[in-house]
Amino acid sequence: MTYGSNNIPPIELFIILVTPHPDQFIRFWCFSLTVAMSDELVLLSMWPSPFGLRVQIALAEKRVEYEYKEEDLFNKSSLLLTVNPVHKKVPVLIHNGKAICESLAIVEYIDEVWNDRSPLLPSDPCRRAEARFWADFVDKKAASKKVWRSKGEDQEEAKRELIEIFKVLEGELGDKPYFGGDNFGLVDIALVPFYSRFYTLDKFGNFSIEAECPVLVAWAKRCMKRESVFKSLPDSEKVYDFVLQVNKWFGIH
Amino acid sequence: MSDEVVLLSIWPSMFGMRVQIALEEKGIEYEYKEEDLANKSTLLLKMNPIHKKVPVLIHNGKPVCESSIAVQYIDEAWKDKFPLLPSDPYHRAQARFWADYIDKKMYNASRKIWETKGEDQEVGKKEFIECLKVLEKALGDNPYFGGEEFGFVDIELVPFFSWFYAYETCGNFSIEAECPKLIAWAKRCMERKSVSKSLPAAQKVYDFVLQLKKTMGLE
Repeated sequence: MTYGSNNIPPIELFIILVTPHPDQFIRFWCFSLTVAMSDELVLLSMWPSPFGLRVQIALAEKRVEYEYKEEDLFNKSSLLLTVNPVHKKVPVLIHNGKAICESLAIVEYIDEVWNDRSPLLPSDPCRRAEARFWADFVDKKAASKKVWRSKGEDQEEAKRELIEIFKVLEGELGDKPYFGGDNFGLVDIALVPFYSRFYTLDKFGNFSIEAECPVLVAWAKRCMKRESVFKSLPDSEKVYDFVLQVNKWFGIH
Repeated sequence: MSDEVVLLSIWPSMFGMRVQIALEEKGIEYEYKEEDLANKSTLLLKMNPIHKKVPVLIHNGKPVCESSIAVQYIDEAWKDKFPLLPSDPYHRAQARFWADYIDKKMYNASRKIWETKGEDQEVGKKEFIECLKVLEKALGDNPYFGGEEFGFVDIELVPFFSWFYAYETCGNFSIEAECPKLIAWAKRCMERKSVSKSLPAAQKVYDFVLQLKKTMGLE
């Protein structure tokens, strides 16, 4: 069901809802539509942010419509500063006026609210804990920008560390099509946005992540065949140009 | 079917204390195994090969690593007992947000207080108090972060209370003077058996920190 596409104003539906009607099904249908009509979903993000991309992919997997608002992180909107006063960061998902911050918390929220389709986490507590562990590992280890912010020995060290981390992830993936097993899930969503940075890493680091970690890149390309992923991830060269710009802005290199 | 629950931890670890509190709240029987971080057991290295850290919860032979994840696991695996997370998705997301805040901001600031001196230490103290004030604001007038009920965020934060005396003494400041509401909340939590049983004595933690500073050459 595509939300927000019906033209009946919520008040008409409300009147139908409160008026006694012999057909309970009609009342329930109107209630669902009222709820659906009043579902207002806004995502504040920045196009290159892998954390924002996680939320976009999750929403796309659940086939949920939302309004995307691009933030300028050098000139943050008053909306962003209001809804995320603690960190003042993107992404923020605003659902019917309530703000949810931190990308992994947002992805779990999306999974719990739209729990009638495409589960993003397994149902078994042990496997859920494993998924959360690896998503946390990605957060702690895979987000480093050191490779394009350093030179010489520091950069070589950063490259070595990153490849080591990717190899650990390859070990966890094993022969599975996705980190979630047969099902694309939380860990895949947590990690795949970083694939949009691989071209940048290769260029700056003068190496090939695919040569070092072929299993991981094969997994990433498999994910890119999913509509939710290829529609969300930005073009790799666009990301590279953006990083060049940011480096220039901060006087790096 | 009998559940076999083992917790690998070290007694001063506020992360280990989180798991202990959660297990106690649910009334789950478990075996506690004290680790020596200078000489990690084969069991620890086998159960947490990625990080090689405590705490590790082992349930019927399967490990669960990372304290916040272990607490959520306990809540889901023993879901018929005292719930630790709210049932509503929005409030669950809020709880996860604050748990992440405590881990990212508060913990790092707290380390600066006892690991550094001079200007660095002053920066650490300032950052730490700022974090506590943000948390005080989030608490508001509620008895617990979970509202009326003790829950996930309370469990994530209260273990730090056992380290407050060490921070205050190392940093020569008073946390209660800066954040009286938070101290009142912590004392309220300490009235719960699960908390008083799991938190070590403040003086013991301070002595441990002094030893640690000596070992790390930070005197």
